Amino acid sequence: MNTLTKLIKNRLKKGIVTRPIPSLELESLGQELDQAIKKRFKRSLHIREVDTGSCGACESEIIAATSPIYDLQRFGISFVASPRHADALLVTGPVSKNMVLALKKTYEAMPSPKFVITLGDCALDGGVFKGSYYVENGVGSILPVSLHIPGCPPKPIEIIKYLLAFLSDH
Amino acid sequence: MIYLEVKPAEFKSTCLKLHQETGSPVMMLFADDERQEQGGYFIYCAFFSAQGRQWSWVKTFLAENNPVFESIAKEIYSANLFEREIKEMFGLEPLGNPDSRRLRLHDEVWPEGFFPLRHDFTNFNVSGAIGEYSAGQVEGEGVFEVPVGPVHAGIIGPGHFCFSAAGEPIIKLSIRLGFTHRGVEKLLENKLPHEAIALAERVAGDSSLAHGLAFCQAIENILGLNIPPRALYLRAIFLELERMYNHISGIGGMAIDVGFSFPAALCSIVKEALQALNEKLTASRFLKGAVALGGCRDLKDGDQKLIIDSLKNIMADFNEVKKLLLGSVSFMDRVDTTGRLNRENAENLGVLGVAGRASGIAVDLREKTSPYIESGFKMIVRNEGDVLARLMVRLDEFEESSRLIQEWVNKLPGGETINRPLKLVAGSALGAVEGWRGPVLYWVRLNNEGKIARCKIVDPSFRNWTGLSLAVLENIIPDFPVCNKSFDLSYSGTDL
Repeated sequence: MNTLTKLIKNRLKKGIVTRPIPSLELESLGQELDQAIKKRFKRSLHIREVDTGSCGACESEIIAATSPIYDLQRFGISFVASPRHADALLVTGPVSKNMVLALKKTYEAMPSPKFVITLGDCALDGGVFKGSYYVENGVGSILPVSLHIPGCPPKPIEIIKYLLAFLSDH
Repeated sequence: MIYLEVKPAEFKSTCLKLHQETGSPVMMLFADDERQEQGGYFIYCAFFSAQGRQWSWVKTFLAENNPVFESIAKEIYSANLFEREIKEMFGLEPLGNPDSRRLRLHDEVWPEGFFPLRHDFTNFNVSGAIGEYSAGQVEGEGVFEVPVGPVHAGIIGPGHFCFSAAGEPIIKLSIRLGFTHRGVEKLLENKLPHEAIALAERVAGDSSLAHGLAFCQAIENILGLNIPPRALYLRAIFLELERMYNHISGIGGMAIDVGFSFPAALCSIVKEALQALNEKLTASRFLKGAVALGGCRDLKDGDQKLIIDSLKNIMADFNEVKKLLLGSVSFMDRVDTTGRLNRENAENLGVLGVAGRASGIAVDLREKTSPYIESGFKMIVRNEGDVLARLMVRLDEFEESSRLIQEWVNKLPGGETINRPLKLVAGSALGAVEGWRGPVLYWVRLNNEGKIARCKIVDPSFRNWTGLSLAVLENIIPDFPVCNKSFDLSYSGTDL
């Protein structure tokens, strides 16, 4: 049996691995959202992520949200490589002084309309790093923030829930 | 343990001698500000002899009015980053070290003359002229530069990479880090040990457990606290679970970085299964809060069966990943001989952990410790030093971790899992844990009130980044991502 046939067989055996979102309305919310995103962002929402000094756990969970298990892309949300392609900026970390300029430049490089989402407790106010000589105690003092996703780090399912709830409200 | 306190004039010769005898790179080299208590600074330098599992320390005193010490970096290159760090953070001059560039306090952000780790430092008066950064240019006909970062295309930490290339091959790579510097070592000061664990767990998010554990070990060593056998086993189980979810994540990353997305997707399914298991066992997908001073949290009823059952499914998927990767000619072609770090360079730079063991450096802090020694722990070493070697080390360690966990779950000792410290005392000690990436080291000094007076953290990433900048030479820029992923280093662990 060649490799490809074997792969396909294995895939069929495994079936769909994606988890249903364990919340009452979320799947229907997802469909509602699909409509909203189609209308407002011309079919999809593109997010650019910037780490301003997180420990890396938030990044790990964002990546997990895009894995086959959670599959954030099924709701029309995807992560892009350049701020030029992005509708939203997703910021993690307490903003180390070394990242202030890069953060501002990334935001400036995005086309309007655009908005900022913060993710993780330290992006809100510095979290456990609050009061350090080298952090700006959160993103809010540098950019206008529209949505905060709390947690240290927030779980993938929470990231998806917060994004969907926010987008359907706006 | 060998512990030598020497005069500043003998510091260098003592270090050189220990370095020669142990064959160890500089494991730690750091300063401690004791001007208030003792009228000056102390410099500590640590070596580790893997054969005898013995730590050797050299300590010297620098008077406040003469804050200089003789550099050892020309003879022992692995001391270089540490000396630069001491100069940057304490303003102590390593005499004879030609490299005075800062690591974390970027020139265009932080003025000259402010040393955050001195105890009398306050951040209210930081002001003054700021400088500029230059990566150092390579000149010549046809040489061009490719600057990347600090904001990268992927969902990843920030770092600045400047490639100089002539045609396809990279002839120089300058890596600039420090973008995630948060001042962790300063934040830890004046905290009580139990208040500081959460912060230690957030130094490097993918090594929460190793960092928390190394910190707790340091405190336990100061207090002379014995850990119940059951807790020793559970800590080791958690440590291996951390290794497994990170190794599979890195293996998938290497596949995706050469465009092989199918096994990468399978890896993310395995990683998710491991993190879900972590959450069921410890209420945290990253094992945060699993260790405590004097022990760790216990398993619940049914957890042992859960671990065994989960690992069975996980290993079935893992075997498929392994077959897919090693059976693909085009994948093997991309990783074989790519990004070689030879043993001599690795030794000189002090590269350790996964990257070190893939270049023939047989050092693993787990060796000869309990409960590893009872279970016939097998250290994985390869000699090729290329991306494939690092991949193989991680594949083999994943299997070894799974075997160890299953064995320990089946022979878990009974009894308590925590021996709470009664009273804090002043003193200093080291905590050393082999995290999934390499040795995570915490040296802590407690003052008379039992508060942290100094905490020096060394994440393995700190020592291994320079290895990456040598490994990529003569490779093509499109192979940089897979070289980078094969080292899999932490930005935040390095930057602190």
